[in-house]
Amino acid sequence: MRKISFREALREAHHEALTKDPRVFLMGEDVGKYGGSYAVSKGFLEEFGPERIRDTPLSELGFTGAGIGAALGGMRPIVEVMTVNFSLLALDQIVNTASLYRHMSGGQFSVPLVIRMATGAGRQIGAQHSHSLENWYAHIPGIKVLAPATVEDARGMLAPALADPDPVVIFEHAELYNMQGELPEPWSADIKSAMVRKPGTAVSLITYGGSLPKTLQAADMLSKDGIDAEVVDLRVLRPLDDKTIMASVAKCRRAVIVDEGWKTGSLAGELMARIVEHAFYELDAPLARVCSEEVPMPYARHMEQAALPQPEKIVAAAKGLFG
Amino acid sequence: MTEFKLPSLGADMDEGKLLEWKVKPGDAVKRGQVIAVVDTSKAAVDVEVWHDGVVEELITKEGETIPVGTVMAKLSGAGEAVAVPPSAPAPAPAPKPARAKAVPPSLRKPASPAARKRAHELDVDIDKVTGTGPHGAVTLEDVEKTAKKPTPAKKPAPAAPAPAPSPAVDRQLEMRKAIGAAMSRSKREIPHYYLAETIPMHKALEHLARANEARPVTERVLMGALQLKAVALTLRQFPELNGFWRDGAFRPGAGIHVGVAISLRQGGLVAPAIHDVDERGLEDLMRALADLVKRARAGSLRSSEMSDPTITVTNLGEQGVEAVYGVIYPPQVALVGFGRIAERAWAEDGALRAAPVVTATLSGDHRASDGHRGARFLAALREQLQRPEEL
Repeated sequence: MRKISFREALREAHHEALTKDPRVFLMGEDVGKYGGSYAVSKGFLEEFGPERIRDTPLSELGFTGAGIGAALGGMRPIVEVMTVNFSLLALDQIVNTASLYRHMSGGQFSVPLVIRMATGAGRQIGAQHSHSLENWYAHIPGIKVLAPATVEDARGMLAPALADPDPVVIFEHAELYNMQGELPEPWSADIKSAMVRKPGTAVSLITYGGSLPKTLQAADMLSKDGIDAEVVDLRVLRPLDDKTIMASVAKCRRAVIVDEGWKTGSLAGELMARIVEHAFYELDAPLARVCSEEVPMPYARHMEQAALPQPEKIVAAAKGLFG
Repeated sequence: MTEFKLPSLGADMDEGKLLEWKVKPGDAVKRGQVIAVVDTSKAAVDVEVWHDGVVEELITKEGETIPVGTVMAKLSGAGEAVAVPPSAPAPAPAPKPARAKAVPPSLRKPASPAARKRAHELDVDIDKVTGTGPHGAVTLEDVEKTAKKPTPAKKPAPAAPAPAPSPAVDRQLEMRKAIGAAMSRSKREIPHYYLAETIPMHKALEHLARANEARPVTERVLMGALQLKAVALTLRQFPELNGFWRDGAFRPGAGIHVGVAISLRQGGLVAPAIHDVDERGLEDLMRALADLVKRARAGSLRSSEMSDPTITVTNLGEQGVEAVYGVIYPPQVALVGFGRIAERAWAEDGALRAAPVVTATLSGDHRASDGHRGARFLAALREQLQRPEEL
């Protein structure tokens, strides 16, 4: 067990991947000379050289496509996209090519590509860098979507993502990079299951990514009011781990989904639908969700904070499920 | 105009005494609202109204005893123009009707899916449950609390003045406390001895099957009834097992009133008596047994049944156990247990064959009897079950 930041955990995971497997290389905007927009690859250019740490032009469509080609050619590329907002430029490559290759080739080709991107708000970097569009990707069959929210997952998820024969998209919430946490030795992280981060009995708080610390804080606040909340960290946004989710809902019989995405058409909505499909008769109260306000993410700090899910909002939503 | 009649609040209720009106003329009432408290001789029961409306007239007076079906009050229906009471001098009807009109048409009662499911399982009418969830919705806990209310183990209130309607208490907890107190007393005071005997049952089963062929399906006699009768007949020769230990001495029972252990759906158990089991025919006994189980689970036992069993019989055979060594229910002095009837290798007359057998046990109070007599009782019970035609 040692204390480490989320950023450092990611950095170690990348360092290990680059060291262990010569097929792995990192490609993206500012990953080389600048050391990565969030400094995950600081020092890598000097250590691994420009062949394996490749700065790209500002063309998400182009370098994501190049990553697909490299993966098809036997490499194990990690493509870093600065933010999910910018990744929309690469949607065509991800949705129409990477996710379809296995299907379109009748199983002859797979695309072992890892695409990492930052997501989420809270750092006052404006609407074009601050949205949470994870559910756009969680919608697509043929890819896996991960959302590490602990240092252990930041450290552990990259290796199984690289080992996966199909495209894997990893979302790193920008608010988490500086988060410190205990990294257990040995760490372990699969890329298929959700996890209960705090067991409880009265209400299931289901969340992922940057909302996990807020949700854990909300659970603490609720426990002071005598409500024993359980916190479920989805970890994997596609495919969703229905079993863990339903087990928690069946136990607590009440659920609040916390999702930084906008409410309309959200991942929270998908989760609610699944709970109603699979656990309707277990429910003892309506479902509730805490999402971002349906506005472009504001720049002003007080407005940005007001637009986001916060522990107080989660507590209020959970309490609303009791009489 | 709707007539509000005294409902039957139990299979054996034919009249009731109105203890209290909870409404007065001019009051708006909603479906499910408690409007009266009626004493059914077993308990004070809250009586709900089944229509939205406004109370026009209260006909029955408090303290009056009336037959089931008597019109107790008149209500104007929902949506009807609220009429001023036609004959009686109107007691300030002015401000209320406006409120009554504002009552929205009754929607389905809000209840969570889990609450509805459990209500179905427990046979609870969800419309009668008071909701404590968001927006007054009925929750799982509300249903479970309601299901626990009609606990038959409670002694009926003595014929005293109207008891105040009791607050909702945790009946299941009370039932556990009652069982705990009785069983702790038993194990503290009664020096139990335990005996077991394996009894071949092929004769009894064959006899029962033959006899049942002649009976309509609904009147078929089950083995449980036959076993009760066998115990009762055998007890005639063993009076020291049938009765009570009171004030340091054994008091024989006035008759053979066999208490039957019945588990309740909501948890817990009761052991009410069937009276004079040794004198009853099998069909009669079977009907009495079926009726007792039904009423025990519906919570409508009679006080005599609760208080005077002279011995208890428990049968856990249906649960699949081999044998049950029961705890004597004080002040009784014996308990007979039956396990399941199962085929076993059985040696008889020098030959081995597969035969259905049952393990019968006796828990005896050593103050009232000794193992020697207990053993003879079980042996006699075994022989009695080999002569099923006498039962």
